[in-house]
Amino acid sequence: MSSPSTLRDLCTQVRRDIVRMVHGASSGHPGGSLGCTDFLVKLYFEEMQIDPSNWSMDGKGEDLFFLSNGHISPVWYSVLSRRGYFDVPELATFRKLNSRLQGHPATEEGLPGIRVASGSLGQGLSVACGAAQAKKLNGEDRWVYTLHGDGELQEGQIWEAAIYAAHHKIDNLISFVDWNGQQIDGSVEDVMSLGSLHDKWSAFGWEVMECNGHDLEDLDRVFKAARAAGGNGKPVMVLMRTDMGRGVDFMEGTHKWHGVAPNDDQLKSALSQLETSLSDY
Amino acid sequence: MLDFITADNSELEALERKDTRSGFGQGLLEVGQAHPNAVALCADLTGSLKMNAFKDAFPDRFHQAGIAEANMIGVAAGMTIGGLIPFTGTFANFSTGRVYDQIRQSVAYSEKNVKICASHCGLTLGEDGATHQILEDVGMMKMLPNMTVIHTCDYEQTRNATHAIAKHHGPVYFRFGRPKVPIITEADTPFIIGQARRVMTGSDVTLVANGHLVWNAILAARQLAAEGVSVDLLDMHTVKPMDEAALIESVKRTGCLVTAEEHQRAGGMGESAAACLASHMPTPQRFVAVNDSFGESGTPAQLLEKYGLGPSAIVSACKEVIAVKQGLPA
Repeated sequence: MSSPSTLRDLCTQVRRDIVRMVHGASSGHPGGSLGCTDFLVKLYFEEMQIDPSNWSMDGKGEDLFFLSNGHISPVWYSVLSRRGYFDVPELATFRKLNSRLQGHPATEEGLPGIRVASGSLGQGLSVACGAAQAKKLNGEDRWVYTLHGDGELQEGQIWEAAIYAAHHKIDNLISFVDWNGQQIDGSVEDVMSLGSLHDKWSAFGWEVMECNGHDLEDLDRVFKAARAAGGNGKPVMVLMRTDMGRGVDFMEGTHKWHGVAPNDDQLKSALSQLETSLSDY
Repeated sequence: MLDFITADNSELEALERKDTRSGFGQGLLEVGQAHPNAVALCADLTGSLKMNAFKDAFPDRFHQAGIAEANMIGVAAGMTIGGLIPFTGTFANFSTGRVYDQIRQSVAYSEKNVKICASHCGLTLGEDGATHQILEDVGMMKMLPNMTVIHTCDYEQTRNATHAIAKHHGPVYFRFGRPKVPIITEADTPFIIGQARRVMTGSDVTLVANGHLVWNAILAARQLAAEGVSVDLLDMHTVKPMDEAALIESVKRTGCLVTAEEHQRAGGMGESAAACLASHMPTPQRFVAVNDSFGESGTPAQLLEKYGLGPSAIVSACKEVIAVKQGLPA
């Protein structure tokens, strides 16, 4: 693991990018993006075997990641650019006409790092299953990672994919749930409660783990544990506790910042809470 | 190849009959042999889709998806990322309407090389009734950018089309059916995506058909020939991209058009032909298609007759449109 301070600086920078991108577009989804920042920084900077400078759609020989809850595109775009998939200044085009940084991730404009469109929820786990099976058929000993919202688990296709992955013993698949307990209309508990996620995924035949999605050391632990559990005939699900809006006090812990852009004053306040900056775009 | 106009009835009756889905099954096996990266997925209808031969020959490349079609489409999209060519198999109903959003986002918008292979299309699925008789699928699929839409008429054409879509890079919706129908193409008849197949040359009316209705169009053309009407018959197996050049060339000579298909009139091949001609060469047209209704249980032949897709309906439509062309009361 890199020095915690380096990763933390990156996380702060990504959070600055997120609020600035959403402010610049006057639209977008800051809440989930801020909540998944630590996870995606850790994933892309320390966990995945990838070669951003030689990006290819097939990702041969590399680990793959699928963002199923595509609305948190700001955090993904920021991390991809900071990791070298494309130039950081391009973040300024987010959600604007003729941009490669579509409101929800897409392949049509050819943005490096994106292998399938997402936005309509519930589809990423199926796609990841296919990509993971292709890795096996091609004789590649590599991992496929996914991220899903907890509200997204209300989609039926997720559970079709859960059955499929267990049945076909897709054990090079490691999925994470952004377990923040919030969705657009309110708390997941109020909108459509999910019961025990641990028991559900376990009953569906997955190896289930939990972690704190903001503690880089705990993330480090769970990545190691997930890979150690992988390869044994079962897919792995990590239930990752997060706070929606993490890092900006007035956005934290509420569904109200799911898909709302900060105004000028709110941006100023948010950036004042995220002072460490590597370099803004 | 038989001359369908001069052949006598016994020669037509002697034509071998096979189901188009078996042409797909044989084609898929051959594609598996020719392309090591071809894989197949099926949603619990392996026997119905005739995918057993592929499954037996390539067990590691066959993936049972269970009764979970949305997931199957997504898995197929994911497999393309690793360079595989996935062929998904289920009934046309469950291949389209049930999974439209998955096809739209994960396949068409994402430009994935998935072959959506859809059997038991239309009324000729028969006794199972309207829940399973999809008549809207071509419309749904042709509206999607990046999607190629193919609907084949017999065993050999379906087998050849399976090879063609394997070689074509991009998403394809491939529609075929359940009943046994006469084999009217040869094993070596070329199948070229986007290129209509001329069945017979004529001068009085252009008749454009696809799928099972190519056979009914042939029967109609024979009847019309006996009455002195000459039919220019095209098999428009590729609905999208449509062979507009062939269509325009034909109606330039005949001045009128009948389209015949086992699909709703809205959203069908005839609608695409009309859109083409409206832009390039407005032409009187009649549509032989299901007219804004669901189907019902019955035998394929009964259903085609009841819903106005039989040879006699095609004959009437041709006479009517010729009258319109001539300025006579239809």
